[in-house]
Amino acid sequence: MKKKIITFTALALMLSNQSEARDQIQIVGSSTVYPFATVVAERFGKTSGFKTPVIESTGSGGGLKLFCKGLGTQHPDITNASRRIKMKEVKNCEKNGVKDITEIKIGYDGIAIANAKSGPTFDLTLRDLYLALAKEIPADAEGGEVKANPYKMWNEINPKLPAKPIVVIGPPPTSGTRDAFNELAIEKGCKTFPGRSALKKKDKKLYKSQCRALREDGLYVEAGENDNLIIEKLVANPDALGVFGYSFLDQNKDKVKASKVDNVFPEFEAISSGEYPVSRSLFFYVKNAHASVIPGVKQYVREFTSSKSIGNEGYLVSKGLIPLPKSERAKFEKDGKTLAKFDEKLLKK
Amino acid sequence: MTNNLDRVELSLVGRKRSERLFKFYGFLGILIAFLFLITILYSVISQGQKAFFTTFIKVNIFFDSEIIDPQNQRNDEDIRYANFNKIITESLKKKFPENLNKNDSKELSSFISSSEADYLSGFVVKNKDYIGKYKNMWLLASSKIDVIVKNPEMEDLDEEDRLISDKQLGWLNQIRLNKELKKELNKNFFTKADSTEPEQAGIWGSLVGSFLTLLITLVLSFPVAVAAGVFLEELAPKNKFTEFLEVNINNLAAVPSIIYGLLGLAIFLNIMHLPRSAPIVGGMVLALMTLPTIIIATRSSLKSVPPSIREAAIGLGATRFQSVVDHVLPLAIPGIMTGTIIGMSRALGESAPLLMIGMVAFIVDVPTTFLDSSTALPVQIYLWKSTAARGFVELTAAGVIVLLVFLILMNGLAVFIRQKFEKKW
Repeated sequence: MKKKIITFTALALMLSNQSEARDQIQIVGSSTVYPFATVVAERFGKTSGFKTPVIESTGSGGGLKLFCKGLGTQHPDITNASRRIKMKEVKNCEKNGVKDITEIKIGYDGIAIANAKSGPTFDLTLRDLYLALAKEIPADAEGGEVKANPYKMWNEINPKLPAKPIVVIGPPPTSGTRDAFNELAIEKGCKTFPGRSALKKKDKKLYKSQCRALREDGLYVEAGENDNLIIEKLVANPDALGVFGYSFLDQNKDKVKASKVDNVFPEFEAISSGEYPVSRSLFFYVKNAHASVIPGVKQYVREFTSSKSIGNEGYLVSKGLIPLPKSERAKFEKDGKTLAKFDEKLLKK
Repeated sequence: MTNNLDRVELSLVGRKRSERLFKFYGFLGILIAFLFLITILYSVISQGQKAFFTTFIKVNIFFDSEIIDPQNQRNDEDIRYANFNKIITESLKKKFPENLNKNDSKELSSFISSSEADYLSGFVVKNKDYIGKYKNMWLLASSKIDVIVKNPEMEDLDEEDRLISDKQLGWLNQIRLNKELKKELNKNFFTKADSTEPEQAGIWGSLVGSFLTLLITLVLSFPVAVAAGVFLEELAPKNKFTEFLEVNINNLAAVPSIIYGLLGLAIFLNIMHLPRSAPIVGGMVLALMTLPTIIIATRSSLKSVPPSIREAAIGLGATRFQSVVDHVLPLAIPGIMTGTIIGMSRALGESAPLLMIGMVAFIVDVPTTFLDSSTALPVQIYLWKSTAARGFVELTAAGVIVLLVFLILMNGLAVFIRQKFEKKW
């Protein structure tokens, strides 16, 4: 009995020490940036003398939600994102007192549309992707009116495509990859219809909801924040296509092959030159109020923005990151050093 | 009469047949379950055992004083920051007399794990005599070499599908011919925590995390649950209120574990401001989850103690409290322990509630206190499973083996306690 009392007192004492500052950086966010951030964190922990940061893979949306919850040691210091912060999220941050943040762009990532090696090679256009995956598609070639998506087979959309059922496995809505895919592939495919572009000028909200919504009749399968799972499902089902980041394609070339999108394969050069149409930027956001409280935040940001990590010859490039042009990287290196405040006016409304 | 007997006689065949069929279906069910078990165990063990060993390459290291200590000052700090990667690459190059261009030496240097430069710098700081000399050393191979060595069938793949180039494969075969390759126990796996490099990743960090978490769970849930169980079973009056409690406890035992994670996030993190990713929070969440299990086990083992024990104690003048604490509870302890251990082993295998409180994270440092960031065994397995690098496939299976071993040990302990101490009435 005495022992129990002692243990409980010890526990109570430990709990009461809780208000002390944390000495370990906490990072949340995108599962696409996660494999890069973990490499930086590990190097940082080995060489800097600070503790190795803790990184959770929560998805870009989930990460920004946690990040914007407030100031204080129980909230994360940095969030990774595979898309830019949204106006709504900036507002949410400000409401909770997180007013001073720094935006760092670390590089590019292509979104690959791939299938199992045993399946046929797809030669897709953005328009094909839109017609295959959108919830509602134009009723005629003009595209003024919409109807529910009737397509079940690829060759119904484009006779050049294989006569296979449409099954696409991809990330859920909390994922930055999904946001980017909707915006870069589906919406661009949607715009190829003149009637849709006309709608953009008339009713932007309706246009966005119609041009970005994916079908919900089971042909687009949500696979969770786990790109390895998508690859395994592709191997198990040679008819299915999968949507995931370039770095996972690079690591799994023995299992899956990429489809051409608008005549371009997702390859290193094509993505960095912008020739491959479905590529997006990767970011992380720093809570500047924490930089002076949590030891190592500034040094971590410096490590992540240095040329030895994200430069052309950097160690993240060998992990599949596609580097920024030199001048752009220099700008973000400077932003990282000074922790320049993010200007929300840069965001498009 | 004969008519009835005949009918019985006639139906006997059919009845016996349906009995045989029933037996057969039962047997089939067990056979299928057994087949699944064998398949799982086979796939896990055949993959996982590979991770317990790792590849080393013998390199005749030349501790070039030009690189390590050009000013000849033998200063620890300078030595530590010397470019030991270059030392490894230069020493590797000597294995292959042909001229190597810059790209080749880059490909060659990727044979050795990135951790070895740190290892060498530590070695030289301690043994400064070696500066300027040669020493044969076994260095840890990088994960992609390790994967190829462990899976020889990959050598037959096309160059672009393989992890290493044709040139690298040629070098590897030469090293193998010279007997400069060996497999040894994977010490990193048993002593380290997570890493982005498969050959440097280990299960120890998450094992410690699981241990710290379960300790908190045990300390919090056991006394509370036993007290609650004793109160409800022995001392509480039987009325509407205690019946209501009983129904709720039974319901709680069936609540999905993620709900407890949400509760932990809302109360322990957002209201009590405990740190994210800490074993103390994980332990508290799992304690909530384990409470009903132990309460139910406590009550059922108290129930199985015969009333004569209580009556005898009370008859000799003991109070009800005395009869419970001194006589009934000691007899029920084996059953309570069994229930507790089974509850604990369920908590050990749990990962969903830990997701909500931030224990599903990349953590490199092995935790030492209840407040350090840490993961747990099932979480580590999940994280490795979702990593792209090929070398993690074997680590994942090895992690499953470690988890299974601990589960079997805990359940074995429960069986042992039950058989050894349980009284039959």
